[in-house]
Amino acid sequence: MADRYVLAVDQGTTSTRSLVFDRGGRMVAVRQREHRQYFPKPGWVEHDPMEIWANTQRTATQVLADLPAAGEVVALGIANQRETTVVWDRATGRPVTRALVWQDTRTADLVAELAARPDADLVAERSGMAIAGYFSGPRLRWILDHVPRARERAERGELLFGTMETWLIWNLTGGPDGGVHVTDVTNASRTLLMDVRSCRWDPDLLAFFDIPAAMLPEIRPSVGVLGLATALSPQLPIAGALGDQQAALFGQACFAPGEAKCTYGTGSFLLQNTGTELVHTRSGSISTVAYQLTGEPVHYALEGSVAVAGALVQWLRDGLGLISSAAEVETLARTVADNGGCYVVPAFSGLLAPHWRGEARGLVAGLTSYVTKGHLARAVLEATGWQTRDVVQAMAADSGLSLPALRVDGGMTTNNLLMQFVADALDTPVVRPMVGETVSLGAAYAAGLTVGVWSDVEALRRNWHRAAQWTPSPVRSLALTAEYPRWERAVELSIAWGAP
Amino acid sequence: MVVRAVSPGTTTSYGRGTATGRSDGLASGAVPGTVQSIERAAAILQVVAASGGTLGVTDIAEAVGLAKTTAHSLLRTLLHVGFVEQDRATGHYAVGAGLLRLGSHLDVNELRARSSNWADALAARSGQAVRLVTLAGDDEVVVVHHVFRPDDSAQVLDVGSTLPARSTALGRVLLAHSLGRRAPRTAAGAAAADLAEVRARGWAVERGEHQPGRGCIAAPVRAHGGLVVAALGINGPVSSLFDGRGAPRALLVGMVTDAAAGVSRELGAGGG
Repeated sequence: MADRYVLAVDQGTTSTRSLVFDRGGRMVAVRQREHRQYFPKPGWVEHDPMEIWANTQRTATQVLADLPAAGEVVALGIANQRETTVVWDRATGRPVTRALVWQDTRTADLVAELAARPDADLVAERSGMAIAGYFSGPRLRWILDHVPRARERAERGELLFGTMETWLIWNLTGGPDGGVHVTDVTNASRTLLMDVRSCRWDPDLLAFFDIPAAMLPEIRPSVGVLGLATALSPQLPIAGALGDQQAALFGQACFAPGEAKCTYGTGSFLLQNTGTELVHTRSGSISTVAYQLTGEPVHYALEGSVAVAGALVQWLRDGLGLISSAAEVETLARTVADNGGCYVVPAFSGLLAPHWRGEARGLVAGLTSYVTKGHLARAVLEATGWQTRDVVQAMAADSGLSLPALRVDGGMTTNNLLMQFVADALDTPVVRPMVGETVSLGAAYAAGLTVGVWSDVEALRRNWHRAAQWTPSPVRSLALTAEYPRWERAVELSIAWGAP
Repeated sequence: MVVRAVSPGTTTSYGRGTATGRSDGLASGAVPGTVQSIERAAAILQVVAASGGTLGVTDIAEAVGLAKTTAHSLLRTLLHVGFVEQDRATGHYAVGAGLLRLGSHLDVNELRARSSNWADALAARSGQAVRLVTLAGDDEVVVVHHVFRPDDSAQVLDVGSTLPARSTALGRVLLAHSLGRRAPRTAAGAAAADLAEVRARGWAVERGEHQPGRGCIAAPVRAHGGLVVAALGINGPVSSLFDGRGAPRALLVGMVTDAAAGVSRELGAGGG
């Protein structure tokens, strides 16, 4: 029998990648294409949806051509940048404006206004998340308010809304010519428009945000057939879709309550599977949909998003010029034995989980003439470790679940000093999987499960192999627990500094 | 970043000669207060670097305007310190590893970051543990990157630990490329022949020399300019890495050399 492969499209913030995985979960081919970032005003970030669709088609076509002739690709899965918002004309397939990207902060005033309404509690109660500009609902509302005739056309059913997976699936399945208008439940859960328990669009939330129901896609399970990609050759069933962080959780095979992954990229994103019961959060983590298999209940997760992780190392490189490549931060940090009393709080544009303080601003605390650039490099790495501890503590308080081990992925996992610090700061083993491409692997797993490349999630679990483990040192863990209040104080100061 | 095609400014048969204002020849044009032999050695290095390993002693002497015996003695010294290498078959000189290393220090953490995807894929495909090492002194190598054997058994990350150079395949890859032509003088005959073979075929094996029953297949990782900066290899049971006749399994050798070539491309090594 010919080898069976699964195609994954990872539609990310800076690029679109098409990857092919074999049954062992190993990547066998990859193609990538970056797209342009538009910054029309301070705080505004946009993408051209047509460019992203063209890049998707192009990379997918290329990667399918790269495959050995003996292989057969049997399904397509999609993982996408979350909360990025597209509105387009269903008759022409043309977007009415460029996509509003998840980093875009133009809805700040709108969100403040909505949050001040007496009925604003409805949002957190029904959607599971507090009103914030981070989510896509307010972006959709902004487009309806600001693009000429958008609202009347949306109400007449002429315009469609979608996050990136919805936009791509609609185009892959024919676009204006019979395109399927669907979203997966993880992406839908990031709009503030969905009832997080029933996983349906909520009429009260739609009324609150003033969104016409006619423009919304149908909500589908993450793992299941979403449509046939007639735009590709061979035509493939689109058999799975997940938001990128949920895809990484799936790719890391975190299928049991308590299992968690953290992706260390520009920011860091920690998700912990909490099972089929929704957890009420009080400590600063958010409850989100993890995934849903067709015919099964929704699985939930707690999420802790940290805005700045690798971005702080980039600042050390590009802003300060202390290193010439990101990896050299470890070399510089190893020139000293400790942080020399120095702490860096990277609140470049506020703090996300678990603090949610938009006004906070970054600071370097504890400077003395003793502190060198080596100490600064250590403090930069430790900031990422401390922030992971902040998030893990908040989650433990909310879920009561213990963390058996933290599965990590992303570029910073090649930094041994950081990974050991995380293990010590959490007093928990940190493990890295053999396949670092967890986002695209998760999309491939979702699609492959649907079409039977893998029989069940246990088969996926058997594909997960440990490439490295950092074991906590009891002595260091105790020392870091004693030191933790210093970090908490630095965070308090960064919030105070940014206060009006 | 390593070797630019620097012209000595003389007009010789190897081309590339352009005017650099020093066409009067360094042998007679030394500036007062400078050390003449260092100036001459520098001129020779510029000629050797620009020639791409195509010149013998006669051409080099002519290019820098020195007597052949003077050029020969300078070249012998440069050979001894590793700043040039000589091809035994043709007698031609090329820039040595020691000189390249001076200007192209490669950060080990950078090396790990750049090799990570290839090392993971190698472990996944071969089913063996993967290590990337660099030379630490004459007798040891240091582990820069370690990927576990993908069987989820208990394993300990050994990044930063050292291994003996001579009894390991990883070490022999680096010795083979770092000693250059000094090998015959510093190693026993059999060892030197082994290193020459490693250099010629592009990979090394170890079959129980370091640890009984354990083996390794390793290949060189090259950076910009072709300089060998690290060795990448798989470690596992001898019975997994070698066939019944004691030969390394060709499939595994191919995986290791492919992965090493992949990392080399990532580091900017040109074709070949």
